[in-house]
Amino acid sequence: MYLTNDEEKMLAGEYGHSLQKATEILVALGDIYGAERLIPVKSAQIAGVSYKTIGDAGLEWILDLKGHVKVPSILNPAGMDIERWKDMGIEPSFANKQQKIIEAYARLGIRTKCTCTPYYLEGFNVGFGDHIAWSESSAVSYANSVIGARTNREGGPSALSAALVGKTANYGYHLDRMREPVIAVKVDCRLSGSDYGALGYVVGKDIGNRVPIFYMQDKPTNDEMKSLGAAMAASGAVALYHIEGVTPEAKANDFAMPCEVITVERKQIDEVYQASTHVRSADIITVGCPHCSPEELEEIALLVSGKKLKKEMWVCTAREVAQRYPELVERIEKSGAKIVCDTCMVVSPATNRYSSMTVNSGKALAYVPSMCKVAAKYASIEDCVIEAGVIDED
Amino acid sequence: MRIECRTIARGIASGEVLLTHEPISFLGNVDPQTGIIVEPKHELYGQSISGKILVFPSGKGSTVGSYVIYQLFKNNVAPAAMINIESEPIVAVGAIISEIPLVDKMEKDPFDLLNNGDIITVDSTGSFVEIDNGSKRD
Repeated sequence: MYLTNDEEKMLAGEYGHSLQKATEILVALGDIYGAERLIPVKSAQIAGVSYKTIGDAGLEWILDLKGHVKVPSILNPAGMDIERWKDMGIEPSFANKQQKIIEAYARLGIRTKCTCTPYYLEGFNVGFGDHIAWSESSAVSYANSVIGARTNREGGPSALSAALVGKTANYGYHLDRMREPVIAVKVDCRLSGSDYGALGYVVGKDIGNRVPIFYMQDKPTNDEMKSLGAAMAASGAVALYHIEGVTPEAKANDFAMPCEVITVERKQIDEVYQASTHVRSADIITVGCPHCSPEELEEIALLVSGKKLKKEMWVCTAREVAQRYPELVERIEKSGAKIVCDTCMVVSPATNRYSSMTVNSGKALAYVPSMCKVAAKYASIEDCVIEAGVIDED
Repeated sequence: MRIECRTIARGIASGEVLLTHEPISFLGNVDPQTGIIVEPKHELYGQSISGKILVFPSGKGSTVGSYVIYQLFKNNVAPAAMINIESEPIVAVGAIISEIPLVDKMEKDPFDLLNNGDIITVDSTGSFVEIDNGSKRD
C-alpha cells in the first residue's frame, strides 16, 4: 500500500501512540482488502457506544486513547436516553458506565450526539460522491444508496481510526466497480409506508451482502427508502442498493439489469404483517427505527393529537432533531407517548422487561426478538397508534 | 527455518504453538478473564490460548470480538502472537489495539509445517516466522 511521508511518520509513531495504532488499523484493513492508498473522509460515525455491546473492555480501550479527531465525528445510538434514563427504567450502574463511555469519546473531540441518522444533523449533510467513514448499518445504507456518498460499514475501532487520522483505506464501496448492482429485485405490486420495511425484511436474506437494483412500480420517499435500507441491512448485510429511476447512482449510470432476478409479490409483503398475529397484544409500541425524520415526527403528531394513549409508546429520534422541533415534541408527548433520544428499542436494555412489542420497522422486527428477547409484531404507523389504544376520557 | 508471511499487526514474540483448524469467534468462544476456550463445540475447548502462538484459519462472529482480544491483553492472558491463513478485520483490529503480533498468508501452509508445542518466533515487523527447533516431523 502506498503511504505519503506524513502517513509513514504516523505509522512509525512520530505523532504518538494513538495515531500510530489508528494508522496501523487503517493500513491493515487496506492490506486485507487490497487498497492502494488512504483517502480523506468528510466525516465519521463511530460504533461501539452502548455499554450493552462493548462492555468494560471497549470502555478501557477508548479511555486509553489520546488525541483529537480531524473530521466532524459523532456516535452510534447509546444504551439509554442520556437525559431521561431514569424514566426509561435504566439501572444507575448501567447509566454510570454509559456516561463514562460517552465522556471518553468526548475527550477525543467527538460530538456526543448518538444517532443512527447522522444525515439529519448539522455538519453531516454529506453529498453525492463524498467519501465518509460511517458505522451504523442503516446510516451506511442511506448514505450510499439514497445520497450516493461512499462508505464501507466501519467497525468501532476502524471508524474511530478514520476519525483520528481523517482518512480511510480506499477499498470496497469507495470504488466504482464495487458499487455496480449484481442482483435485480422486481417488485410486482404497489407499496407505501411500512411496506418498504417489510420488503427489505423479505429480500435481505437472499441478497446477503451483495448490491441489488430494484425495479419498482412506485417512487418511494426518502423515509420509505430509509426503512427499506435499514431492514435489508438487518435481515441481510446490504450496505448499498439502487432503485431504477430513483436513487442518484441509478440515475447517473445506465446499469444493465443483472442476470439473477428475485421477484416479490404482494403476498410476501402481507405475510410480514400477518406472521406475528400470534403475538396477541403488545405491551409497548416503538417507532423511530431508524430515528424519526422531522416529516415522520409530523406524521406521528397528526395521528396522536387530541388522544390520550393507553399503552407505553416510544418515538425514537436524534436529540438535535427533537430540539429543532419543540412544538412537534410537545404535541406527541401530550398524548402520553415518549420522545426517546440518543437510543432505541434495539440497543437499550430498557426494552427487555416488556413481553411483546409492536414496531413499524423491518430492522426492529429482525433484531428485537433475538437481541432483546421480546416478541415483535409488524404494523403500519397508523396501526401502531391504534395498537397503543386510547383512554376514554368521558 | 525462516518463512515469509504478510504483516497484519507489528511486533515480535516467541512461544509455544497451539493449532486449531476451526475459526474462532472471540466473543463467545473465549473467556476474557482466563483466556480459556469455553465453547464446548470448539476443537480447543478447555484449553488456554494465553501466551501461545495461536494458529487458526481466521476470526468470525461479532465485531465486539476485537474488544474481547483487548480485554485478554489487559488481563495478561492474550496469545503471545497469532498466525492466520487469512486475517479478517475482527482479529486484525483486536491484535493491533492489543499489541499482539499477527501475520497471515505464510509462504508454506502452517498446518503442514507446525505441531502443537513447537517453539517458534513470529516477527511480524520483519514479515517472517522463524521455526527454532527444526521440524518435529522428521
